[in-house]
Amino acid sequence: MNKQEFTITVYTENQIGLLNRIAIIFSRRKVNIESMNTSPSEIEGIHRFTLVINESEEMVSKIARQIEKQVEVLKVYYNNDSEIVWQELALYKVPTSEVAEKVQVERLLRQYGARAIVIRNDYTVFETTGHREETDALIKVLEPYGLIEFVRSARIAIIKNSKGFHEKLKEFEAMAPGPELVENEYLNERDKVFTM
Amino acid sequence: MQTVSEPIKLKTSPGTPLGAGAAVVSGGVALLEAFLAEGVETIFGYPGGAIMPIYDALYDYHEQLEHILVRHEQGAIHAAQGYARTSGKTGVVFATSGPGATNLVTGLADALIDSTPLVCITGQVFAHLLGTDAFQETDIINITTPITKWNYQITDATEIPSVLAKAFFIAGSGRPGPVLIDITKNAQLQKFDYSGYEKCSFIRSYRPKPIVRNQYIKQAADIINAAEKPFVIFGQGVILGKAEKEFKAFIEKAGIPAAWTIMGLSALPSDHPLNVGMLGMHGNYAPNVLTNDCDVLIAVGMRFDDRVTGRLDKYAKQAKVIHLDIDPAEIDKNVKATVPVWGDCKETLPLLTSLIEPKLYPQWLQKFKALEQDEIDACIYKELNPSSEELTMGEVVNILNELTNGHAVIVTDVGQHQMVACRYAKFNQSKSNITSGGLGTMGFALPAAIGAKYGAPDRTVVAIIGDGGFQMTLQELGTIMQTGIDVKILILNNRFLGMVRQWQELFHSKRYSFVDIESPDFVQVAKGYRIAGASVSKRDELKNSLQEMLDHDGSYLLEVMVGKENNVFPMVEAGTSVSEIRLK
Repeated sequence: MNKQEFTITVYTENQIGLLNRIAIIFSRRKVNIESMNTSPSEIEGIHRFTLVINESEEMVSKIARQIEKQVEVLKVYYNNDSEIVWQELALYKVPTSEVAEKVQVERLLRQYGARAIVIRNDYTVFETTGHREETDALIKVLEPYGLIEFVRSARIAIIKNSKGFHEKLKEFEAMAPGPELVENEYLNERDKVFTM
Repeated sequence: MQTVSEPIKLKTSPGTPLGAGAAVVSGGVALLEAFLAEGVETIFGYPGGAIMPIYDALYDYHEQLEHILVRHEQGAIHAAQGYARTSGKTGVVFATSGPGATNLVTGLADALIDSTPLVCITGQVFAHLLGTDAFQETDIINITTPITKWNYQITDATEIPSVLAKAFFIAGSGRPGPVLIDITKNAQLQKFDYSGYEKCSFIRSYRPKPIVRNQYIKQAADIINAAEKPFVIFGQGVILGKAEKEFKAFIEKAGIPAAWTIMGLSALPSDHPLNVGMLGMHGNYAPNVLTNDCDVLIAVGMRFDDRVTGRLDKYAKQAKVIHLDIDPAEIDKNVKATVPVWGDCKETLPLLTSLIEPKLYPQWLQKFKALEQDEIDACIYKELNPSSEELTMGEVVNILNELTNGHAVIVTDVGQHQMVACRYAKFNQSKSNITSGGLGTMGFALPAAIGAKYGAPDRTVVAIIGDGGFQMTLQELGTIMQTGIDVKILILNNRFLGMVRQWQELFHSKRYSFVDIESPDFVQVAKGYRIAGASVSKRDELKNSLQEMLDHDGSYLLEVMVGKENNVFPMVEAGTSVSEIRLK
């Protein structure tokens, strides 16, 4: 099976230890987590994990089911890159003297959608958001000018066809979930969205 | 109102739990009140520093809660597993922090893979010492995360009632499993306003049973109704779902032959005409061969373990697969399902039964019969009627069947004797075969048999154990001695680690590498624990010896010397297909 990049979105309760419980599902199968982010979700009290892995769809679907099996996990979605809108944030620290003298700062900022968030005598910090290739490209540009520090955040992603978790949560809170809950269809239809 | 200064009066009798606003109690008392509310009767445990406040509270509850003092925490958890498996209830374990807690690890892994409901309570150092490498501190929550269905650390006594309610709900519902609750010593000691115990029956993020989808039941029924050579394989899901009756009704109406995994053994009586035997590596010949001949394979409450399927890419490729399971993660995990039937088989089987047509498949059943005869000719007859002087494990189990009439609970350890016992033991009621299936834990049988007897006190419990496995947990003879529990211990001694030796013989050119294990005089060891026993090696004494064991008032150890280099056959060799099963 061909490996490709999948973004896994996990809606969970906010519980100590859950991060570990989710992470070991990957490490047990020797699957590397390329990036992982935890944050609040559209609903207060519900957390949202965003993980990126490079795997076959078969593997990602099995992993999704194992994650969804965890007691404090409400729901797992997995999507390929065409099904999501995503961003990563990157910060670059460079010597101010170098960039001031040698770089056409204005061109650089325009071309890479970057902005300077700190400018001091000794260094300047640029910030940009975008896909991996975009943030990587700016590294290449800044490297010759003495890139002092670089850091990139985990991916965060919005699922294009998701209607949010509000309705889904109501199903979970009802003792018996509503009939609209699609249960098994992914199996026969290869729908990417998986529900328990 | 009860007060703090009179803790001893706070205990309640069953049926009169502490009510709302009734008392200020310690965390330890709240824990034991939770047990009473959950109907716990028996606790298997071992005290230690960090769990002392709970044991102190237990001092006042000893009339309502029976505590079995084991000799090692691994013994406690295997006993709780045995208890859970024969009683159908949740087993409860106490262990202290640090080494007490880490000694539970094997049992937790075993219980998770074999879906056994347990609630394990571990003591933990004071909350303010967490992370300081305090005496007997270990990070048991993180150690046990991959081997528990759920775990939680309590650092505040007020959490105890609600967390315990969650623990029992999670352990026993859906696909059961072990839960570990780690309680810091300060929380055990802490006094708080106890406002009663409320059982948990709903957790927002946890759906124990998936929703039953009628369209899949219908699809499954259509496929079954059109089948010419349908075959049912079943596992422990039938037992855990308490669906033995529903299962029997299903196969009887459908007329479909059914074979079992070792975890499913005893869910269907051994002598049922549609029971065609054991699946897997050392299973019966017909069900293995015909797995690759059937046109519809109906898997009920089983998870297609590799020991059952052999080589996956040659497993039932010709068949449409209908998979009934309560755990959605099991569907498509190993074998792709043509039709997935999510749900508790207690609910899904009757729905399916109502849609299928009554049928008989005489020619198809005849195929099973014919292959069974091949197996009898090649293996079974020799095993049960050996021509040599050496006793075989099979004949021992066979005589045991005669003497118990299939009424006994058989607890097995892991290895050759386990395969032989599962192959030849006869059962006429469910929850009777207790074995370590998924994890293959040597040392499981003796403590599990103790627990099994507590779970089914009216039944005869026979632990069949090899000479190797017995030596892994034989300290639990001390538990038998002290409690006076009646467990029959049947050691099948071949003076080898037999299963590994068999593999070394077959696949490593007889290079017997460290399988030649010496044993003490088991009868003398038992005697040291005031347990009666005997050793037998002659065929003409075997039956009487077994009878004596069964008739003995109290525990008894019978060592049977069996052939040193006997092999278990048939066998699906690793990496081969189930239909390539060899008879010798």
